[in-house]
Amino acid sequence: MQAAVVVFPGSNCDRDAAVALAEATGRPPYLAWHRDSALPAVDLIVIPGGFAYGDYLRAGAMAARSPVMREVVARAGRGTPILAICNGFQVATEAGLLPGVLMRNADLRFVCRDVHLKVESDKTPFTAHYRPGQVIRIPIAHAEGNYFADAATLAEIEARGQVAFRYCAADGAVTAAANPNGSQHNIAGLFNRARTVLGMMPHPERLADPLLGGSDGKAMFTSLIAALS
Amino acid sequence: MREAAAPEITPEVVAAHGLSPEEYARALQILGREPNLTELGIFSVMWSEHCSYKSSRKWLKRLPTTAPWVICGPGENAGIIDIGDGQAVIFKMESHNHPSFIEPYQGAATGVGGILRDVFTMGARPIANLNALRFGAPEHSKTRHLLAGVVAGIGGYGNCVGVPTVGGECTFHPSFNGNILVNAMTVGLVARDRIFYSAAAGIGNPVVYVGSKTGRDGIHGATMASAEFDERSEEKRPTVQVGDPFTEKLLIEACLELMKTDAIVAIQDMGAAGLTSSSFEMASKGGVGIELDLDCVPARESAMSAYEIMLSESQERMLMVLKPGREAEAAAIFEKWEVDFAVIGHVTDSGRMVLKMAGATVADLPVAPLSAAAPVYDRPFQATPPRPELDCASLALSPDLGPALLALLACPDLAAKRWIWQQYDHMVMADTIQRPGGDAAVVRVHGTEKALALTTDCTPRYCAASPEAGGAQAVAEAWRNLTAVGARPLAITDCLNFGNPERPEIMGQLVGCIEGMREACLALDFPVVSGNVSLYNETNGKAVQPVPGIGAVGLLADCRRMASLGLKQPGMRLLLIGDTAGHLGQSLYLREILGREEGPPPPVNLAAERRNGDFVRAAIARGEIDTCHDLADGGLLVALAEMCLAGGIGARIARPAADQASAAAIPAAAWAFGEDQGRYLVALPEDLAASFLASAAAAGVPAASLGRSGGEDLTLEGSFTISVAELGAANEGWLPAYMAQP
Amino acid sequence: MKARVHITLKSGVLDPQGKAIGHALSSLGFTGIGEVRQGKVIEIELAESDPATARASIEAMCTKLLANIVIENYTIAIDA
Repeated sequence: MQAAVVVFPGSNCDRDAAVALAEATGRPPYLAWHRDSALPAVDLIVIPGGFAYGDYLRAGAMAARSPVMREVVARAGRGTPILAICNGFQVATEAGLLPGVLMRNADLRFVCRDVHLKVESDKTPFTAHYRPGQVIRIPIAHAEGNYFADAATLAEIEARGQVAFRYCAADGAVTAAANPNGSQHNIAGLFNRARTVLGMMPHPERLADPLLGGSDGKAMFTSLIAALS
Repeated sequence: MREAAAPEITPEVVAAHGLSPEEYARALQILGREPNLTELGIFSVMWSEHCSYKSSRKWLKRLPTTAPWVICGPGENAGIIDIGDGQAVIFKMESHNHPSFIEPYQGAATGVGGILRDVFTMGARPIANLNALRFGAPEHSKTRHLLAGVVAGIGGYGNCVGVPTVGGECTFHPSFNGNILVNAMTVGLVARDRIFYSAAAGIGNPVVYVGSKTGRDGIHGATMASAEFDERSEEKRPTVQVGDPFTEKLLIEACLELMKTDAIVAIQDMGAAGLTSSSFEMASKGGVGIELDLDCVPARESAMSAYEIMLSESQERMLMVLKPGREAEAAAIFEKWEVDFAVIGHVTDSGRMVLKMAGATVADLPVAPLSAAAPVYDRPFQATPPRPELDCASLALSPDLGPALLALLACPDLAAKRWIWQQYDHMVMADTIQRPGGDAAVVRVHGTEKALALTTDCTPRYCAASPEAGGAQAVAEAWRNLTAVGARPLAITDCLNFGNPERPEIMGQLVGCIEGMREACLALDFPVVSGNVSLYNETNGKAVQPVPGIGAVGLLADCRRMASLGLKQPGMRLLLIGDTAGHLGQSLYLREILGREEGPPPPVNLAAERRNGDFVRAAIARGEIDTCHDLADGGLLVALAEMCLAGGIGARIARPAADQASAAAIPAAAWAFGEDQGRYLVALPEDLAASFLASAAAAGVPAASLGRSGGEDLTLEGSFTISVAELGAANEGWLPAYMAQP
Repeated sequence: MKARVHITLKSGVLDPQGKAIGHALSSLGFTGIGEVRQGKVIEIELAESDPATARASIEAMCTKLLANIVIENYTIAIDA
């Protein structure tokens, strides 16, 4: 499997994503610079975490209008799987790859900690190696992860089963107390309708190595390899 | 301040620039004429306490700075140590106290930006940040606002640049009501053969400016950082700089990319006193002159004067000397990262700093006399009188230890600081293998099995009571914290925060702390490789407690042979390493439970410290123990409770019979909460306990069995049983509740 | 000429920053505080001299980048 990682000047999880991908696939990903308007043939595109252009107007707003994103959106339209992590999720919503928007955390503070996530489905290339209903532990690190969509959009997302992960307690209960940022319906990760684009605030690449305190993120990478190789 | 057509240099103007009449006379002598305003401004910042270390330099020389693994000691932007395999670590800690008091978010943020630049200017990629924060009393009206702003500022900057903030400390005391301390540390990783220094060289070589444009930010910030506060200081707000972490990130990437080539001769960040100190430092270190055309300096505002350009403290800027003909190659890299790049001058053989604007010379100063001949003061000092021994018999020590333990765990200094460090991205770069909240943070050296252990330490109340003992204790505790995770302590950076050195009693604290540090550094083979001095931390004549903050770095050869404080499973034997004398003077128990700040601090026995620490570290390296915690604030029971909390497992212990026999000498509360130094708590499998105790005895290391891990409660036999959940509620509750108040 | 774009959250979208400001104002003793909403102002200098053309171009900037129309409204003021 050949992956590409999009690199904006303020990306700062690009290396972490590249390391996790190289570890999983045995081959370093292609690094796509934000000014590139063409990409080589790849099986997966990762939009990593960070602060793409400083996140100064709105998180991800300017990045979504960059040359490389025009190509990413085109590839997504042709079915290339896109994994958009943290700032990448913000970029993906701003680019229209996913519905809704990520607003300032409800308590207004940046939050970096492990959270529990309930896996909603294993019928996707991203989550095949998880079990539906499985509770996994993955870190978050963001100030703007508060998922918002209007009522009609939200109803449609739920009806189509587009929610990938929900914040939950250690026992899997989806509660307000387990919601770290105020996201509607505890949404931590979201698919597009075709389930070929996944946006998620948690960082699977940060817990894919037991030395770092856990490896629940690893199954996402093995799922992708199994599906795309 | 704007430059008038031909401003007259009156004694008032000289005084407003913080120069004493003697210093001004010296300037006249060096120059052989009266300086113009630009030149006076340059003298003023170059000779400020902040840039010249004029009050402390004599004493800083006392600190040991060498060891076989030290590549570069104090004097450069940051210190450098060898970690083997052709790799080196560059690190430094620096204060941003005054700016953070005036504008906490921007003050703290730009503090982080500044210390990052000190490290990447030498070629290292920053891999970890730490911070040591001292605030006033929690009930003081400004404390909550300052704490919230400082933490948000540190997070806002560090999170954006993508360097994990992995550790630090945060304590409170009324002496910081009017002067908080914000000390930030950056640790970077570099290949040994890719280190960059600041000495300019090569007559005719281009001098290049990169980074943000220059505005009228923070003009005279370096002078502000060297003057006492008074009631009007909050009016000085416009001199505080604003940070742009996104530009810093671009600057890091662009500089590191250029550093992969051999185009750079010398590089220096523009910190306090901006273009002035960076250009003088480069010229002075290289023994050359520099001519700058200030019209070429990228400016953010129109009609800036030479004075303003030279003294601006706009952030995210660097100065470089390139090899001739390499400008285009360098410019292309900075263009890629969308960062300003401008050739603003060249290296000369004149030994002078010549500044031109609109074709005219606006300043012409000799480099060497200004930098090297900056004033050095041998200020009078008065030693801090020793505190009388505490008479334990006179203390109303309650034998009821449970409530005291809960109260200590919930007191501001010991309460969990999760509310703070959760606002810092401490995991970015995916190498953080011990997160904040332990004895030391541990970050893996990327792509290797090695790891760095990092900590910041100081106990200001000890330093106030006895600067010597406090200075030694700060170094020893840093050494112990690195040891507790299994690392070999390598070197320290110091950030010395004191009041007004013109007062002999403050100078006495500075001298005493340095002497104590020196002894500990020598005894523990733990040299000082970089540092910073912040003086005049006082308001209306009330100084802060002396804080010789220590930032320390240690090395783990194999990051799988590492210890952490959390109890990992039930049924482990708990052993106490080190001697317990029940020292309560200056303890948190005395202050928080009995409301008294009295007595001398605990003595530091450096020989015992080293013996006990070396023994513990060797046991971790052999894989015998993976659970270890140093004993510090709050003593034995607080340490044990922290181990229970970190692991989510209880423990049952009893006071050793040997101690009970001498119970008359050590009251229960002193045994439980005394802050004797050089101690550790370790947990190990039952079947290893006997041989461990035997080898401790053979090594002359005091070790005693206390009990076992297990269950959901912490029990001290014959005294109390408290659930781990209740301990956790006490420990975790205070800070979020405090910060939630309006 | 200069254009001033006001961007505000659509009504019904939770505004935690506005809420926090309202809370802070109340705790400072200001009474009678109703709902507080925070927005942003973006000032843009334009070479264009025709107000109608300028407005049309700012309009395009708003929909393309300056505002996220999922959650934000905007108004445009042109200073001649």
